[in-house]
Amino acid sequence: MTGINLFQILNGLTFAALLFIVASGFTLIFGLLRIVNLAHGALYLIGGLAGYSVAEATGSAALGAVAAMALVALLGAVLERGLMRFVRGAELRQVLLTLGVAFILDDVALVIWGGDTFTVPVPPMLQGAMRVGGVFYPKFRIFVLALGVVVFAALWLLLNHTRLGALIRAGVDDPEMVEASGINIRRVFLGTFMLGTALAGLGGVVGGAFLTLYPTADAEILVFSLAVVIIGGRGSLVGAAVGALLVGLLNSIGRVMFPELAYFVIFGPMALLLAFRPLGLFGKAA
Amino acid sequence: MAAPISQAATPTYETRRRPSRVAAWIVLITVALIALPLVLPSYQVSIATQILIFGVLAMSIDVLAGYGGRTSLGHGAIFGASTYVVIYWTSVLGGGIWTGIALGILCTTLLAAVFALLAIRTSGVYFLLLTLALGMIVWGLCLRWTSVTGGENGLRGIGRPDLIADHISFYYAVLLVVVPVTWAMWRFVHSPFGLTLRGIRDSESRMRGLGYNVPLHLFIAFVASGFFAGVAGALYALFNNFVSPSTVQLSQSVAALLMAITGGVGTLLGSFVGATLIISLENAVSVFTARWPTVLGLTFVLIMIFAPEGVVGRARILLSQRRKRQSSRALH
Repeated sequence: MTGINLFQILNGLTFAALLFIVASGFTLIFGLLRIVNLAHGALYLIGGLAGYSVAEATGSAALGAVAAMALVALLGAVLERGLMRFVRGAELRQVLLTLGVAFILDDVALVIWGGDTFTVPVPPMLQGAMRVGGVFYPKFRIFVLALGVVVFAALWLLLNHTRLGALIRAGVDDPEMVEASGINIRRVFLGTFMLGTALAGLGGVVGGAFLTLYPTADAEILVFSLAVVIIGGRGSLVGAAVGALLVGLLNSIGRVMFPELAYFVIFGPMALLLAFRPLGLFGKAA
Repeated sequence: MAAPISQAATPTYETRRRPSRVAAWIVLITVALIALPLVLPSYQVSIATQILIFGVLAMSIDVLAGYGGRTSLGHGAIFGASTYVVIYWTSVLGGGIWTGIALGILCTTLLAAVFALLAIRTSGVYFLLLTLALGMIVWGLCLRWTSVTGGENGLRGIGRPDLIADHISFYYAVLLVVVPVTWAMWRFVHSPFGLTLRGIRDSESRMRGLGYNVPLHLFIAFVASGFFAGVAGALYALFNNFVSPSTVQLSQSVAALLMAITGGVGTLLGSFVGATLIISLENAVSVFTARWPTVLGLTFVLIMIFAPEGVVGRARILLSQRRKRQSSRALH
């Protein structure tokens, strides 16, 4: 089958960029705080919808994105400070609690925005198509690709070359020691949690602009993010990038070759990988 | 490390009760279950039927969670796959209902075997995430594979056979299946195999050190659990006579897990208590509001914070505390 051309590859790459933005937030919280936040998909949806409303009201998509990130980071803070404190240290109870929160957030989104499909407006500067290697391709999707790269670079620099990043990494290895050296580790973790959720909000706005937002969008993005993190290994930024590329490209190829079974195509490689590396490509045992 | 949801809910050994008292309880419960349709209106009978079916599903989760230390979020999908097969076989292919049920359970057991092969090497949160992702894939397939599954419109069944068409006779038919299935699960978790499973839950490395084949035990437990979920799913096909992606969606797995947890993980029969509470809650709430997902989510959050050991688990703790106090009083 010769259906795979540059256009589809670009589709896969731009989807991978979106997946990376969402999954990097997930893996940041999972890897560094050891919290599996299953409300991540719901936060993506709420962020996207809030971004849509703000963008419609103000006419500025950038403002919508900022508002979405702020709102979702705030929700993240409430979740971390308000609820997670009760189940600290108990991994499974944490996961199931965030799952409960996901159900509540989804339902709230349904009450506020209804069951319609929404598309976040694309700013005029990024509308239209441009020529990429012989095919016309939407400018906005190229922008998403660039954004994915920027987010990767920013997170990498943050974690590896700043004081905050050093604190986060140290806090993961030995929180007590960090506390003992006079640093409020809970504040560092709260900040990380908010950053991770804010990425879900950013993903929601970006995804809402080219994938649209609808009531089950949160579940779909969550399963894609899970696949990315399972493939990449928890807490690994590079893993998330590689996982996102794999899942994005496979999904795009799957959609062309087996339109009805596209979902299944990400399953095969994931299964194969797990047979050899249960902790993912870049995962380390806790 | 296999981390149970709550340490307290998983006593190492059941205190041996006197057999006469156990027998009395069994007779009492059996009589109550048989008499139920005689006293309840037919709508409540159908709720009771639903409770029995979901009780089996919740137990199938408990077999893995309470005894194998592996909490699954994919059992709603396994359950729903059975429902899909039964309804597809009878309504689309025009096959017989009994063959359909057999096929449904068989396919589900195979599906569980595939899930198991992928998931048994992981534990704790990873197991949860993996079964969640696998379940979501089933859901995605049911939603997108419109030519077979009917997509979002779902598939309608052909109705129950005449013999069990009305609510009351169907209740008895379900009871007739659920009782032996429950007994089988009870035997399963209390067999030497079940004990080994508990050993794996408590210390995987020690069991491996003792020479037990840990992955094989988990595989068998998962497949058995999938088989039981398949039985529940086939019954649900008869009960609901309709299947759509919402039957296999995450909230199904979540609701069933919530039932198992509410009852008490590691208590097996607590699943029926959990199913009764959650399904009653759902029915009570639906009178006032359409916001069931919010209530479900809220219940989950509250139970996780305040009562992770569940109703039966909590009762057991209280009971053993009382017993301890009594015995310490006897000593002084």
